[in-house]
Amino acid sequence: MPVLHTGRRRSNQNRSYNGPARQGPVRHLSVAQLNLERVYEQNRLNVQKRDGANAPEPAPGTAAKGKPRLLLMGQRRSGKSSISSVVFHKMPPNETLFLESTARIQKDAMHSFMDFQVWDFPGQLNFMDPSFDLDAIFGEIGALIWVIDAQDEYHEAINRLNSTILNIYPNYPNVNVEVFIHKVDGLSDDYKLDIQRDIMQRIQDELSDHGVENAPINFHLTSIYNHSIFEAFSKVIQKLIPHLPTLEALLNDLCRACRFEKAYLFDVLSKIYIATDSSPVDMPSYEICSDYIDVIVDVSEIYAWPRPPEYIQLLEGPPWNKKLEDQTACNDAESCIVLTDGKRPIMLREVNKYLALVAIMCEGSYEKMPSVTMNVESTVKGLTEVFNITRQRRE
Amino acid sequence: MDQMNSLSIHDDPVPSPSSEPRKQKKKKVLLMGKSGSGKSSMRSIIFSNYIAKDTRRLGATIDVDLSHVKFLGNLTLNLWDCGGQDAFMENYLSQQRQHVFSNVGVLIYVFDIESRDFDRDLLTYRSIIAALSQFSQSASVYILVHKMDLVVPNQREDMYNDRVSLIRSKSDSFDPTPFATSIWDQSLYKAWAEIIHDLVPNLDQIEKHLGSLGKLIMAEEVLLFERTSFLVVSSWSSKGIITSDKDQPAQNPTYDRNERLSNIIKNFKQSTSRYTGTPKSAEQFSVFDLKMPNFCMFLIKFTTNTYLGVVLPPGEERFNAAKLNCYIARTHFEDLDSPARKSADRGVSGDSGELA
Repeated sequence: MPVLHTGRRRSNQNRSYNGPARQGPVRHLSVAQLNLERVYEQNRLNVQKRDGANAPEPAPGTAAKGKPRLLLMGQRRSGKSSISSVVFHKMPPNETLFLESTARIQKDAMHSFMDFQVWDFPGQLNFMDPSFDLDAIFGEIGALIWVIDAQDEYHEAINRLNSTILNIYPNYPNVNVEVFIHKVDGLSDDYKLDIQRDIMQRIQDELSDHGVENAPINFHLTSIYNHSIFEAFSKVIQKLIPHLPTLEALLNDLCRACRFEKAYLFDVLSKIYIATDSSPVDMPSYEICSDYIDVIVDVSEIYAWPRPPEYIQLLEGPPWNKKLEDQTACNDAESCIVLTDGKRPIMLREVNKYLALVAIMCEGSYEKMPSVTMNVESTVKGLTEVFNITRQRRE
Repeated sequence: MDQMNSLSIHDDPVPSPSSEPRKQKKKKVLLMGKSGSGKSSMRSIIFSNYIAKDTRRLGATIDVDLSHVKFLGNLTLNLWDCGGQDAFMENYLSQQRQHVFSNVGVLIYVFDIESRDFDRDLLTYRSIIAALSQFSQSASVYILVHKMDLVVPNQREDMYNDRVSLIRSKSDSFDPTPFATSIWDQSLYKAWAEIIHDLVPNLDQIEKHLGSLGKLIMAEEVLLFERTSFLVVSSWSSKGIITSDKDQPAQNPTYDRNERLSNIIKNFKQSTSRYTGTPKSAEQFSVFDLKMPNFCMFLIKFTTNTYLGVVLPPGEERFNAAKLNCYIARTHFEDLDSPARKSADRGVSGDSGELA
């Protein structure tokens, strides 16, 4: 059941690796190739479902499995496990104080709008040790997230990041390196920017000294005590979505048609937004939309109890004489709240099991809700089509 | 629901020199308890839209902190948050005895479950009760055993029952209503919702009308929220959710749903206030619609002091008709909310236009 309907959240703390068994040596692939292989694999599965005998061979290589991997790395005590607990296990931020230090690589498989794995590395691990199979670690990689504690001495962290990049760059030049300048809550805005500038400078200088120019490195200021960590993850994950431009175009059209101020496509479980329209993202609108999802999930947890069948029969009987699902216009969650300030409505519409569309509408447009609902309906149809084309069928 | 017996508090005013006729509806609510037991924290959460975390900022209350809270049915709560340090306590019991304890409608006494010297707490409680029985015989007494979150879950019930029976034995002629509370969950909302439920005048009337409104629009549940505190002051749930057993209508299995809903909305109001930049005490939203495959609900701004929440079975027609009917019923309830404003437009009786 989708989480919006029943309100149950994923709370399992089962951190064991439950992805597919890893096979043989891996090789590196370009992004385009990765997508191609993903499409191939999906078509193969479809054919297999229809006609088991004629199914083509699985594509060689690993990307066929289509599970991009996020690697969390950084110095010990920089907050890697806290990040993965807060973002992917819904742990309240202040409880992360009690997390123990990670002793071995923690692998989490996320089953959501797209399947990906999060690998949490112990800080003291040195991957440059020749005994490590670099291919096994970086082969299927989607992004390397390097966490730096901004409230601590960070030179050592930068040195290790640099040596890691220099080590893997020749073999895997397409790895996205995302640097999370972490624990920035409590630092002043000026100081944050100073630190960011300093870290960027040091990394770029060091890399260009070794002849690596234009390495794909991005920087994010994050903290688990506000929404910045979700925002940063959103940006990281958006880079892994092959059909992002299509999604963005759909949202842009919707925003223009309904004069929405901002629209987000959220992953309901992790509250990461996987796409948004092209207007600039501002923290407050992200926060309010993400909190609104919480409200819906919590409210449905209270009221979505299974009604007795006799009662449902009564509701489907006269004078309606219609099935309950025919009495509703749409069989997914739909919601809207009108803020008193400026009469600004916020609307939410479930897209599929994992995704919800949340948008901030323009002032005073609650009266136009019916036509907005219609536009949203067709956008959702478009989004579903996009996902049907690109996603493997799991059922 | 024992609201009936305590509804009579306000109509036997205790003769006291300080009571003026225009203050008749102002009930004095005393909030007392040992220093650091959490009186100001809970007051801030209920009436000033603090979240639990924010209460760390609060310092000790010096002497008495007076506040007036406007409420449903023209009721103004005259809330006396009494600082609990020993020196103040002695002062209340000696010099200010009459000033503090006369004309009291409600005494809310907070016990700290973690208190190391429970016997001394009881002693203070006893002297407070003695003073209260001297000046305000008719006051009702509520006992909040607070900070329950600090006790290991499986010991909570025993410890609470133990404390309550001790407190009861020291309560003279009063019959205190006990609650176990914590600011970290919805138990605080439950306790205060019941206290306020008992305080509101003409609530039985409001409840009756709420019930008939609910039946008319075929709702599963109707909830009436107080505007500022967002506590559920009155609720009605349908007996129409039939099961195979004819006499036993089904009920939502979440028994603490009202408190939880208050909690959810209050938390969301924090977010909206941050987003819009308006003060937390301002009303933050006017309409909230939610349509799910197996239920739908809406919350609308209802009368001056209230919000109305309605839970319905799914279906567009039902939803829209119910919402329209609730808007029509608004004028009618406005009269019940503030009886003083009985104006000429009384004739607009609301809940007659069923559309579906």
